[in-house]
Amino acid sequence: MHQPHSEPRRSLYFNYQVFPAHTASVGAARVERKPVVVVGAGPIGLTTALDLARHGIACVVLAAERQVSEGSRAIVFTRRSLEILQQVGVAERVCELGLPWSCGNSFYRNQRVFRMESPHDPDDRYAPMTNLQQPCLEQVLVEAAEADPLVDLRWGNRVTGLAQHDDVARLSIDTPAGSYELDADWVVAADGARSTLRTLLALKLEGTAYEGCFVIADIKIDLGLPTERLAYFDPDWNPGNTVLMHREPGDIWRIDYQLPANETPEQALKPESLRERINAQLHMLGVEDPQWEMDWSSVYSARALTLPNYIHKRVIFAGDAAHLLPIFGVRGANTGFQDCHGLVWKLALTLKGLAGPKLLPSYSTERVSAAREIISEAGKSTRFMAPPTAGYRLVRDAVLSLSLTQAFVRPLYHWRTSRPHDYADSLLNCATDDNARFTAGPRNGAPLLNIRLAADDYLFDHLGACFYLLYFTERVCIPSDVVEQVQAIRSSGVPLRIIAIAQSAQAAISGADQLIDGSTGHFAARYGITREGAYLVRPDQHICARWLQVSAAQLQSALDTALGKH
Amino acid sequence: MHTLTAADLEVVYDVLAEALDQATPAKAELFLTKLALLCAQSLGDAQAFTELTGSALQDL
Repeated sequence: MHQPHSEPRRSLYFNYQVFPAHTASVGAARVERKPVVVVGAGPIGLTTALDLARHGIACVVLAAERQVSEGSRAIVFTRRSLEILQQVGVAERVCELGLPWSCGNSFYRNQRVFRMESPHDPDDRYAPMTNLQQPCLEQVLVEAAEADPLVDLRWGNRVTGLAQHDDVARLSIDTPAGSYELDADWVVAADGARSTLRTLLALKLEGTAYEGCFVIADIKIDLGLPTERLAYFDPDWNPGNTVLMHREPGDIWRIDYQLPANETPEQALKPESLRERINAQLHMLGVEDPQWEMDWSSVYSARALTLPNYIHKRVIFAGDAAHLLPIFGVRGANTGFQDCHGLVWKLALTLKGLAGPKLLPSYSTERVSAAREIISEAGKSTRFMAPPTAGYRLVRDAVLSLSLTQAFVRPLYHWRTSRPHDYADSLLNCATDDNARFTAGPRNGAPLLNIRLAADDYLFDHLGACFYLLYFTERVCIPSDVVEQVQAIRSSGVPLRIIAIAQSAQAAISGADQLIDGSTGHFAARYGITREGAYLVRPDQHICARWLQVSAAQLQSALDTALGKH
Repeated sequence: MHTLTAADLEVVYDVLAEALDQATPAKAELFLTKLALLCAQSLGDAQAFTELTGSALQDL
């Protein structure tokens, strides 16, 4: 019998709440069947559930534990993640709780050898990065899930078995009151780095596991420093190794430091070892008599691995269950949000019978390709942060030494942060549109660029769980053939709305569902439009077609492609 | 492509040898790696550097 901890975890900044386990299904007369069961109630599982609900799809979320996760874990969330969290309705709360930032610094021999500021465009609503401890983010997501009638969040339910059939998967679930079975049209495996479903299906991750081990420690201390990324290379107290620091809300600092070779995680996590090394790091920062409390510590080793395919019959993998990425560059959760946001609309349209046969498989091709690109980038960061061989170490050390006087090597400190993937090669992109004729603006496959429309009013605020036709026009109406085509598409069940961007100050544009005043020309300029033009946007805000002039037939054809029918 | 005259090569020979001694054996590898990176930057040609690396790996 599954017995999750019933005592709240301890934390210096978060009050853990223990939720009652779901046991009502134990001993039920018949096996329930759900369209989607999400396994895992971490950030990716919960975001998947909330995103499905926006598309009107009900799901069950299985949480093995009875409380949110232990320790700060994922703490840095990118702008793109905030945009996705905005879509599921929690970004405002995350911004209230989190610390925004944009600057990273690298230090060697007490000298700052590199400083990088991530660009913050006035058109962006969210900061490049927002720091918030994972349990706090999960709490926000749990509250949203509990308030959503389409999400059935079941605490204390651990998956122990899986049987796959052509059109259904049956899960065996253990609870504190016994076990039960649950059928799902689709199972989303968001059960994390040690995924039970990945083990049950005997799937192997491909890629590289690096040797260097890092301690992750969270301490409570007021250092009076701004929220910036701090990286220390080869400090006197930890020769040859790297130390990273991030500020978290509530006067918590994350200190990550690499372990000397041959030291075991058990040795590294001994309280006296932690204390001595953290004090040495704080001394280096000029803290004379460090007073701090430990909140949480763990050991981490860098891995850059992915499943080669994320869909296995009725089981779909997302987040850390699908791939394990090094923490340098904040790619774990931030990649996971893009996974689930890329998945959910495809799954929803498939469940509604509106998708072509290629739509759901495109989730795997788009996201595996994203993971491979991220792994290649992450490999570069990892080879600099924790050199894997004597050769890499020597060249890295030569770069550190040169960086004190030679500017040309300093870009090697660039930490290659997670960025939104561009699905430029997706088969969902229209191949017969005017994409190649544009000289500016986001290309097919890229996410939309946010646009500031007015104070506290941005383009992304106006988007929801549907396709959009962004229609730039100087006229007072959308051409009737386009409007009729959109209506026909909508009556087939595919959600599609027209947002008209008025190029001159029209009060209304007939045929448009929403109107944006673009008369300053700024919106059109960012999108490479001179007078007229249109963008077709997927429900995950990625562009799938763009035209200088669009006809009804072209729109229908591009939409069919985006639905995986071609 | 510029080449060294015999006299220049003799200068390079001595400069490199003396710098290696100055670096001390313990730091010779680090010194040579820094020097290689500086030469690569001065060369400004990753392809040429890759070919030179191949030449240097011969007959070790």
